[in-house]
Amino acid sequence: MLQDILVTGLVNGGVYALLAIGFSLIFGVARIVNIAHTAFYMLAAYCFYALLVKTGLGFLLSGVIAVGAVTLLSVLCYRLVIEPVREHEAAVLIATIALALIFQELMLFSFGGHYLGIPSTLEGGVRFLGVSIPYQRMLILVVAAAMLTGVWFLLYRTRLGLAIRATANDLEVANLMGMNVNRVAMIAVAISVALAAVAGVVVAPVFVVDPFMWLAPLVTMLAIVVLGGLGSLKGSLIGALIIGYVEAITVFAVPAGAYLKGAVALGIMVVVLLARPEGLFGVAFEEER
Amino acid sequence: MYLLRRGWAELRNEVFVLPSRTLVLAWVIALLALPVVYGDPYVMRILTMTCIFAIFAASWDLLAGYTGQVNFGHALFFGAGTYTSALMSLKLGLSPWATIWAGAAVAFFFGFVVGYLCLRLRGSYLSLATLAFPLIALGILFAFPDFSGGELGISGLRRLAVTPTANYYVAAISMLVAVFALWLLADSKVGIVLHAIRDDEVAARASGINTPRYKLMVFAIAAAAAGFAGALFAHYLRVAGPSTLEVALSFQVVIWGIFGGVATVYGPVAAVFILYPLTEWLGSFRAFGELRLLIFAVVVLLVLLFMPRGLTPWVRDKIETQCPRCKQRNGVWRKICRLCGAALQPEVPGAQRLVGHQ
Repeated sequence: MLQDILVTGLVNGGVYALLAIGFSLIFGVARIVNIAHTAFYMLAAYCFYALLVKTGLGFLLSGVIAVGAVTLLSVLCYRLVIEPVREHEAAVLIATIALALIFQELMLFSFGGHYLGIPSTLEGGVRFLGVSIPYQRMLILVVAAAMLTGVWFLLYRTRLGLAIRATANDLEVANLMGMNVNRVAMIAVAISVALAAVAGVVVAPVFVVDPFMWLAPLVTMLAIVVLGGLGSLKGSLIGALIIGYVEAITVFAVPAGAYLKGAVALGIMVVVLLARPEGLFGVAFEEER
Repeated sequence: MYLLRRGWAELRNEVFVLPSRTLVLAWVIALLALPVVYGDPYVMRILTMTCIFAIFAASWDLLAGYTGQVNFGHALFFGAGTYTSALMSLKLGLSPWATIWAGAAVAFFFGFVVGYLCLRLRGSYLSLATLAFPLIALGILFAFPDFSGGELGISGLRRLAVTPTANYYVAAISMLVAVFALWLLADSKVGIVLHAIRDDEVAARASGINTPRYKLMVFAIAAAAAGFAGALFAHYLRVAGPSTLEVALSFQVVIWGIFGGVATVYGPVAAVFILYPLTEWLGSFRAFGELRLLIFAVVVLLVLLFMPRGLTPWVRDKIETQCPRCKQRNGVWRKICRLCGAALQPEVPGAQRLVGHQ
C-alpha cells in the first residue's frame, strides 16, 4: 500500500503540477483567474480522442495536433473574449466561466455525455519496488518532468522568459522598458494552455474522458495554487506534490476515502492559509498600485 | 383622503421622477398581481424558483459587490440552509415555517465561521479559498450517506403551502422583503463603510472602522439570507440534494451577480429575473433543450463584451444622468437638475464611465 501511495501521489502530483503551473503563469503575468484553464485540458483530451479513435492518426501525431489546436484556440479566445474586457476583473472572471461552460456544452453536444475510453498509448508495465507501474503512468511522469524542465528553461534561460518574469513582477515598469506586455500576456496564455493541453493528452488514456472532467481538477488546481502562493511557480510545483500525496493517502488509507479526498486536500489548503495567508511561497501582500 | 393625497404626492415626487424607480415599482406591482391575471402553474413554478434564487443572488452581491469579498463558495450557505431545514423538518418533525428560520440561523453561523477563517485573505486568494468550503461540506455529506442521504439527498419534505399560487406568494413576498432589507442595509451608513472596505481596507481601518467586525457581520448576514433562500428552496422542491452545494451553483450566482452589475443589489435580482426564466424557456423547446446552457453562456459572454460593468448600470446610464453639482440622479430627458437646478450637460462620450456611480 505504501508503494501504491508513493506512485499514485507522484503521478497525480505531476499532472496537477502541469495544470497548476500554467494557471499560476497566466495569473502572474496577465492577472487573469482563468477558470477555463481545465476546460482546455478537457478539450485537449477530446481532441486527442477524436483524432486517435475517429480518424486513426498515430498517437504522437494526434497528441501534437491536439495540443497545437487547443493552444491556437486559447489564443483566439484570449484575443476575442478576454482582451476586450481585461480592465474589468469581474468581467474577466465571468468570461472565463462562460467559456468553460461553452466548451463543456459543445463537447456534450458533439460527443454525448457518456464516458469515453481511450486505448493505452503504451502497453505493459514495469515492476518497481514491488508495485507494477504501467508504462502509461510512467509516460505521464516523464512528460510532466520534461514539460516542467522545458518551462523552467524557457522562463529562466531565455529573453522571452525574462520578459515574462518582468511582466509578472511589474506590468507597468515592464511596459515602460519597452516590452510589449500585451504580446507577453498572449504568449503566457499560449504557454499555460499548452501545458494544460499536454496534461489532458497524457491523462486521457488513464482517466475516462467526459464533458465534466474539468470540474474536479479545477478545484484541486485552485487549491494547489492557493496553497503554493498565487503566481509562484515553485509554490505550484510543491503544492501539486503535496496535494497529490495527500489525496493518495486519503484514498488508500481512510475508509470512504474516495469521497473525502477532495475535502481533505481542501482542508489542508484552508489550514495553510490560516497560518500563512499568502500561501507557502507567495509574496506577502503588497498594496495594489 | 389626506393620506391618499399625501401618498400620491410622495409617489409623484419620489418615484415617478426617476425612470429606474418607476421600473422597480412596476416590477413589484407586476410580481404581486401576476397570479391574479395569469395563474398558470408552470409559470408560477418558474417564478417561484426565480424569486428564491433572487434572494440568493442579492445576498451574494452584498458580500461580493459591496464588501469586495468575492465569494466563490456561496453555495455553502445555500446548502447549509437547505440541509438544516430539511433535516430538522424530517427528523424532528417540525413545521417548515419554523425550520426555515433554523436553516437561516445555521447558515448565519456558517457565514460567521467562513468569514472568520477568511479574515486575513484578500482578493483572488479569498475567492479561491472560499471555493473550497462547499466542496469540503460535500465530501463530508457523501462520506456519511446514512445521515445526509448521500447522492440522492433528503426527499419527502412538506411544502410551505399547498397550491402553486400560494407557494408563489410565499416566495415572492419573502423575496421582496429580503431584497428590500438587503438594499436598505446596503444603502445605509453601513453600506458606505462596506464600500470603503472594498475600495481600500487599510484606509478604512485608518479611519477608525473596525473592518474585521464589519466583514464578519456582512459574511453572516449574507449567509443568513442565502440560507433562508436555500431553506425555501428545500421546502418548495421538497428535496434537499447535493446539487445545492456544487460548484455549478456557486458559479451560477457569480454569473448572475456580475451579469446584473455588482454593488447594486437590484442588479443581480434583475439578472436572475432575466436569465433564469430565459434558460427555463429555452429548455422547454425540444431542439434547444440540449443547447440551453450553451445559449446561456453565449448570451452572458456577449452581454459582457458590450457592457462590462453589467446590465443594470448600463441601462441606468442610458435612462438617467447624474447632476454634476449635487450628484443626484435625473431622468435623461431633463435639461436642469430636479433638485438643485444646475444645468445638466449633454452627455460627454466616455465621461460617464469615469464619473458614474460605481
